Amino acid sequence: MDVQPMGALPEAVNTLSPAPPALTGTVRRRISEGAIAGALFLCAAVSILTTAGIIGVLVFEAFEFLRAVPLADFLLGRVWTPLFDPPSFGVLPLVAGTTIVSVTAMLIALPVGLLAAIYLSEYAGRNTRRVLKPLLEILAGVPTVVYGYFALTFVTPLLRQVWPQAQVFNALSAGIVMGVMIIPLVSSLGEDAMSAVPNALREAAYGLGATKLDVTLRTVVPAALSGIVAAFILAISRAIGETMIVLIAAGQSTTLQFNPLKAMETMTAYIARVSLGDNPQQSTEFKTIFAVGMLLFIMTFVLNLISQRVLAKYRQVYQ
Amino acid sequence: MSQLPTPNFKLQTAGFRRQLAGRKRWGRVFAALCLLAAMVGLVVLAVLIVDVLAKSRGWLDWQFLTSFPSRKPEAAGVLSALAGSLWLVALTALFSFPVGLAAAIYLEEYAPSNWITTLIQTNIANLAGVPSIVYGLLGLGIFVRTLGLGRSLLAGALTMSLLVLPTIIIASREAIRAVPPSLRHASLALGGTRWQTVWHTVLPMAFPGILTGAILALSRAIGETAPLITIGALTYIAFLPDGPMSAFTVLPIQIFNWTSRPQADFRNLAAAGIVLLLVVLLSANALAILLRDRLQKRN
Amino acid sequence: MTVLTPVLSTPPLVGADADGHAAFDVRDLKFWYGPAPALKDITLQIPARQITAIIGPSGCGKSTFIRCFNRMNELVPGARVEGQILFHGQNLYAPAVDPVEVRRRIGMVFQKPNPFPQSIYDNIAYGPRLNGFKGNMDEFVERSLRQAVLWDEVKDKLRQNAYTLSGGQQQRLCIARALAVEPDAILMDEPCSALDPIATLKIEELMHELAVNYTIIIVTHNMQQAARVSDITAMMMLVDDHRTGTVIEVGETQTIFTRPKDKRTEDYVTGRFG
Repeated sequence: MDVQPMGALPEAVNTLSPAPPALTGTVRRRISEGAIAGALFLCAAVSILTTAGIIGVLVFEAFEFLRAVPLADFLLGRVWTPLFDPPSFGVLPLVAGTTIVSVTAMLIALPVGLLAAIYLSEYAGRNTRRVLKPLLEILAGVPTVVYGYFALTFVTPLLRQVWPQAQVFNALSAGIVMGVMIIPLVSSLGEDAMSAVPNALREAAYGLGATKLDVTLRTVVPAALSGIVAAFILAISRAIGETMIVLIAAGQSTTLQFNPLKAMETMTAYIARVSLGDNPQQSTEFKTIFAVGMLLFIMTFVLNLISQRVLAKYRQVYQ
Repeated sequence: MSQLPTPNFKLQTAGFRRQLAGRKRWGRVFAALCLLAAMVGLVVLAVLIVDVLAKSRGWLDWQFLTSFPSRKPEAAGVLSALAGSLWLVALTALFSFPVGLAAAIYLEEYAPSNWITTLIQTNIANLAGVPSIVYGLLGLGIFVRTLGLGRSLLAGALTMSLLVLPTIIIASREAIRAVPPSLRHASLALGGTRWQTVWHTVLPMAFPGILTGAILALSRAIGETAPLITIGALTYIAFLPDGPMSAFTVLPIQIFNWTSRPQADFRNLAAAGIVLLLVVLLSANALAILLRDRLQKRN
Repeated sequence: MTVLTPVLSTPPLVGADADGHAAFDVRDLKFWYGPAPALKDITLQIPARQITAIIGPSGCGKSTFIRCFNRMNELVPGARVEGQILFHGQNLYAPAVDPVEVRRRIGMVFQKPNPFPQSIYDNIAYGPRLNGFKGNMDEFVERSLRQAVLWDEVKDKLRQNAYTLSGGQQQRLCIARALAVEPDAILMDEPCSALDPIATLKIEELMHELAVNYTIIIVTHNMQQAARVSDITAMMMLVDDHRTGTVIEVGETQTIFTRPKDKRTEDYVTGRFG
């Protein structure tokens, strides 16, 4: 059998050796291939380092903070006045602000996003979809600072015409605009889930005398339910983590209350506001942002994990 | 088996017809509702654009583009913010693109299926969902303080790089995965090494897709505000950055700063800044779509 | 292309209904996907309460044809039909007829088992619920499952996901699901193509039982199956440069398989074709 030179051709030519070329390859090649693989691995490992960095920074600083403030006081306290004397570090008002804004946003994003997803997946013709999807992508790509501007200078004045008692900075306006911002996320992930439902199921339903509405609501949506739920959870996570809209439009009040027409501060907006100010970086007040950040990270991380779990379960059904 | 359906050869029975008519009516209502929902986002987008265009009228001019920020709205401009944004996105691209691409190549072409790979993959998916302000806290803790880079462009660009890295990796992986395995086999069968196969065969095929993903990821970096606020990018910069260690501001932060002032003139300046920002982003998007189309045509 | 005179037209019509109609009376049917005709010049009668098999080489339009009987083809954009299909004397394609009603009256079983990713019970109950069934659903589900000879295998796990069943059981579940809408006829589009021989045998036995009460049309690429189960066989073939499908011969199954009139049918059933 003829042995073809498997090593690098130039070397094989240069050696001029009458012996058949070795199939083990050159040492230089093996080293360089190994070095490349190693370098690529290091780049992939940057993501692990990032997570480790996030957790490290947050845990380290939050731990410093918790040496000054007991955990129970932080998590269960109802008064958030880090800059008063004596300061109080109860995070509940910020959690309440985050909750009110997020719930408002979800009241818009989930139903509208789901219906839009159904439209894209079941009703829109190919051409309509080809126009609509990039436009929704643009909506998703608008920077959040722009949405914040829109909430404060356009939506809030409108709201104040309907409810004159609404404050200039209020949670409702931020929530509404945030909801609109999240619509594309829900509609795009929801559409993915519904498009993955095999056509055979739609045919089965039509074959039983189902109308288009029956097929959509009784077959496609239930079959895509895990994907839709995963999209919903991701949407909630996105709302909790959004900063600029609330920083600009929702105000800075850290009083624990639930009226969306009043000003509220979310966890994210608090972090940004303290960063903007000029508190000394070694003060307990400044360390609060890492404690709040830790809480924020845990909340979104858990939601993202749940969303991935739900999605993994749903993939198993059709594969 | 005995009482089987007495065949009803009339295709129209009164009761069923009525019930079906009701179902169809609901079907039409529902279809209209879905269409409406799909339009909500577009209508808001249109209103938003018209609104900022109207408010920016008379403000978006040459003087606006070439002036530094100022206390007097009529003299204020975005020059330093624009320069800062360009610096930031260039540095971010410099850091994030090679690393992201390399990570994608590793995961698609090299990674053995073991727990480390699974960990990296899960981790990337999770990082994509971490709020941007948390990246800001990371940047503040590591780059600004521990590494002592201060509130510099470099610290900002490194923070942004970590932020967009998951997006770049995910997009690049998709592009690499779309290259048919038969081409890899062809290259390997000709005696190419793994890296030669990747470099000469896979990457040229996948490159337009990778570039599209990278542009979209970087356009996110252009519009991002919160993490830069956290690491302490300044809002009032009356000079042009002269290097990676320079203090800086960016377009979104300038917009935020003008928005948070109560005077109407500053809000109009913010609108002008928004128009500029949207033009930049839409151009980037258009470029990405153009590349995607060219890729689709070629394959 | 000559229009065929259906063999069945010789009176007395086997399997006529009480009014003397055939179950289906196809008259000069033509069908298009977009500009190119996919079917043309199909004229034949399908007797009530018997099994009619449609055979022919792959790609000849068998599935397209069977989907004309319950107007499933209309779900494809650009589909167009000309001609008539009379169902017990009524034109399925008359303007006043609603395709949803047609599909409720004429059930369908598909090539691959396609149960909904729901419980066995909910799969059966799907159709009755659509139609506003008011009655004892448990009894109804049991009756449908018994009709499909599946009851004994699943009675203890009605709440389990239908995907836990074997392929053959899933296909019988789909038959039971179709029966639960109380149709008058059942269309089967290669119902055994994804099944093993034992599961296939069970479906074939079931078809014989169902034929007592239902008109059944089955598309099959398996000639032995057509010979085993059907009373009537229709042979389809591509004509016009292999672009358009049509029925070239129809008759009692025994005749088609032993003394076909058309040379092409003979070639096909004896295995000499392509």
